[in-house]
Amino acid sequence: MNRFAELLDRLAYEPGRNNKLRLITSYFRTVEDPDRGYALAALTGALSFKHAKPGLIRDLIAERTDPTLFALSYDYVGDLSETVALMWPKQSHDRLHNNPPPPTLTEVVTTLRTLGKTEIPRQLSRWLDDLDETGRWALLKLVTGAMRIGISARLAKTAAAALGDKDAHDVELIWPGLTPPYLDLFAWLEGRGEKPVNRDPAPFRPVMLAHAIEDADFANLNPADYIAEWKWDGIRVQAVSGRDPQGALVTRLYSRSGEDITKSFPDLLPSLHLPGAIDGELLVVREGRVQSFNVLQQRLNRKAVSPKLIREYPAHLRAYDLLGDDEMDLRELSFAERRKRLAAFVQRLDDSRIDLSPAIAFDSWELLAAARRDPASVGAGEDSEAVEGVMLKRRDALYLPGRPKGQWWKWKRDPHVIDAVLMYAQRGHGKRSSYYSDYTFGVWTGAEDDAQLVPVGKAYFGFTDEELMQIDRFVRRNTTEKFGPVRQVVHEPDQGLVIEVAFEGLQRSTRHKSGVAMRFPRISRLRWDKPPREADRLETLERLLKSPTTSELTESG
Amino acid sequence: MRPQDILTPQPAGLACKPGGFHIDPVRPVERAVITHGHSDHARAGHGAVLATQETLDMMRLRYGENFARSTQAIRYGEEVRLGDVTIKFHPAGHVLGSAQVAVTCEGTRIVASGDYKDAPDPTCTPFEVVPCDVFITEATFGLPVFRHGDAAVQIEKLLASAKLFPERAHLVGAYSLGKAQRVIALLRAAGYDAPIYLHGAMEKITHYYQSRGIELGELKAVKGVKKADLAGTITLAPPSATSDVWTRRFPDPVTAFASGWMRVRARARQGGVELPLVISDHADWDGLTATIKATNAGEIWVTHGQEDALVHWCKTQGLSARPLDLVGYGDEDSGEDEVQVSGEGGEI
Repeated sequence: MNRFAELLDRLAYEPGRNNKLRLITSYFRTVEDPDRGYALAALTGALSFKHAKPGLIRDLIAERTDPTLFALSYDYVGDLSETVALMWPKQSHDRLHNNPPPPTLTEVVTTLRTLGKTEIPRQLSRWLDDLDETGRWALLKLVTGAMRIGISARLAKTAAAALGDKDAHDVELIWPGLTPPYLDLFAWLEGRGEKPVNRDPAPFRPVMLAHAIEDADFANLNPADYIAEWKWDGIRVQAVSGRDPQGALVTRLYSRSGEDITKSFPDLLPSLHLPGAIDGELLVVREGRVQSFNVLQQRLNRKAVSPKLIREYPAHLRAYDLLGDDEMDLRELSFAERRKRLAAFVQRLDDSRIDLSPAIAFDSWELLAAARRDPASVGAGEDSEAVEGVMLKRRDALYLPGRPKGQWWKWKRDPHVIDAVLMYAQRGHGKRSSYYSDYTFGVWTGAEDDAQLVPVGKAYFGFTDEELMQIDRFVRRNTTEKFGPVRQVVHEPDQGLVIEVAFEGLQRSTRHKSGVAMRFPRISRLRWDKPPREADRLETLERLLKSPTTSELTESG
Repeated sequence: MRPQDILTPQPAGLACKPGGFHIDPVRPVERAVITHGHSDHARAGHGAVLATQETLDMMRLRYGENFARSTQAIRYGEEVRLGDVTIKFHPAGHVLGSAQVAVTCEGTRIVASGDYKDAPDPTCTPFEVVPCDVFITEATFGLPVFRHGDAAVQIEKLLASAKLFPERAHLVGAYSLGKAQRVIALLRAAGYDAPIYLHGAMEKITHYYQSRGIELGELKAVKGVKKADLAGTITLAPPSATSDVWTRRFPDPVTAFASGWMRVRARARQGGVELPLVISDHADWDGLTATIKATNAGEIWVTHGQEDALVHWCKTQGLSARPLDLVGYGDEDSGEDEVQVSGEGGEI
């Protein structure tokens, strides 16, 4: 447990992706089975046991500490698990020896799996006694299911793959058939065993992704080589059906990262009644119309899926690609060929919840640009609100996992932009730690003559290195207050910096004071020329929320 | 005489009226008794200064020859009569030359411990418990969440990181008086024998430590060294320099910070620290409470830090305790170094 705790501790502070990989790989290299396997499971979210509630942790610490000292400490530290980990007063046991070895990760994980609810508090206390501060912190994070250390499952798998100089895709391919503590996986990676065979009847296949196209790219592309289709604003999914050894159909839905999200969309499963693997977009379709991402949002990250939710937000699959048809792997075929088979497959499915993503007819980039500008007039019809842009796929492109060059392109519609005022700046991480590179910006609200700025979002990219230096200088020279690493920057009607913020979408949010939250905000331009009083008002954003089409702002902006 | 008539908090600092002096005054006074060389405790401009030889030397290094009208050096265990009181210096284990000041008047003994730690430190004389009637304790880490643990374990963490990332430079933020030298000595004790690089601001004081016979191995100035040559090295720098443009001379630096505050994640993250090292020159919670008990004092005065929690704890132990309202003392663990704040004390 201590080694795992050290790893988590180090990862929690390390901002760089490659450095994180190094740390995890080094852990896998030096820690033995089965501990490292359970660590991989913890990092990929593959562990399953009942999580302890914060209330239980509070009770434990209340039994052992002075309430005033706990309150003062909690107030200072700000995080329950951390406070408990730090101030836990060790108690010596009535055991034969005074220093029992701290529990291993394996011991913790396997014990938690089988332990009855009433036994948990006593067991936890014992472990807390045996571990040091970092160990206790990691244990509490693990048992409360609140690791939040910024590691994706993909990153952990990449780190494991590096152990055997393998690609993360190789691990992804066999991952669905593997279970903790992954002895067979590590044996294979270390060259001690055969490659584990994925016996999963409905495995995930690593997805193929597109590059964002730039104006300059078009010069080298021939329209005849490409098939274009709409880029729908839903979530990319892989719907896989396959037969198990008994001949029963197994159906699963995966997110683009390979996460099994089958349970969230039970309404879609009966429609996937033929063995095959569809790459497509999950959408909510009501009365034949594709709904916006905001509507789809209601179906995402839900633990329980109620009949009401299913009725009001019916799931739909718009098919982009066919990766497998029954037993046959189609990934080595050209996109044009796969699309032909996809059309036939969708027809055979014959289900209103699954349809083919229509192709856009075009023979010049000008025509496609026109379609992208106005999807409604070129076949997207009433669904055009849910069009995020255009996808371009080479007719001869094989289905290659990752983001291969020159195969698929995404050409998004112009993002939304607003003019906002810089309010706070925070120092960045890693290479940027000497710069103020994280920006909180706001827009005006309240009466015209007594307008206040309300924060509407945070952006930390979109600017060039030179712009970063300019903003950094501005922040340092115009700081009005400091809160730890955060500087408040002057933001008066006639004094301050206006930044043009581009974003992908907008939704209501009760967590933000402004009531709105932006998707993917980034700084598109610095408006040194504009006085803050001319920045946008909150009403502009609110109109955007209400308006059926969000393109309005794009044109006026 | 009541203890509060022997030592009284005043705007200038802790005043001893019957003795006619102040302890660690923050404003210029006629006669000052100084516990240790940190800039918020040892200021320039006093009339007469009484302190250990090391503390006087450090003041001379920082402020120049004429930092006081007259000085007098005192050794640990030495007694001096001042007015109606006797004072005696005892090691405080905080930094080289740091002392606790025991003030005795008409049979009542008060110990002003200044900043202290009861943990081992190869760069200074170990802390000594001084039995007394009233114990004045700091409370920088006066919350039970602060347990510093074994500093050697933290040094292992630093060395493991240096081994894992040989192409990166490791930058260790450490207060330039005391902490930096302790970290270097700990690195040497752990068997690290490569040259250790120094930020320009800590060269003078570190060389002073060496001149006092403290073994620190081979030290080099970082100035003028090529970026590529700093890969795989360890450099000590004042904490504020580790988030400064100065860091751009290092190859992909790992930013470490040696401080007791590193125990709390939010504090470490705030400073953009990637490798927090829990190493402090102040007593931790267990150290504070154990020391208070060991002095056998019936009355505890608590100053600079988390007074509330420590006063509360004293009361639960049946001790009479109160916060002592002294202002002007920073805490060198917080990351503001005297290099940048030059004599104004750190942030509180």
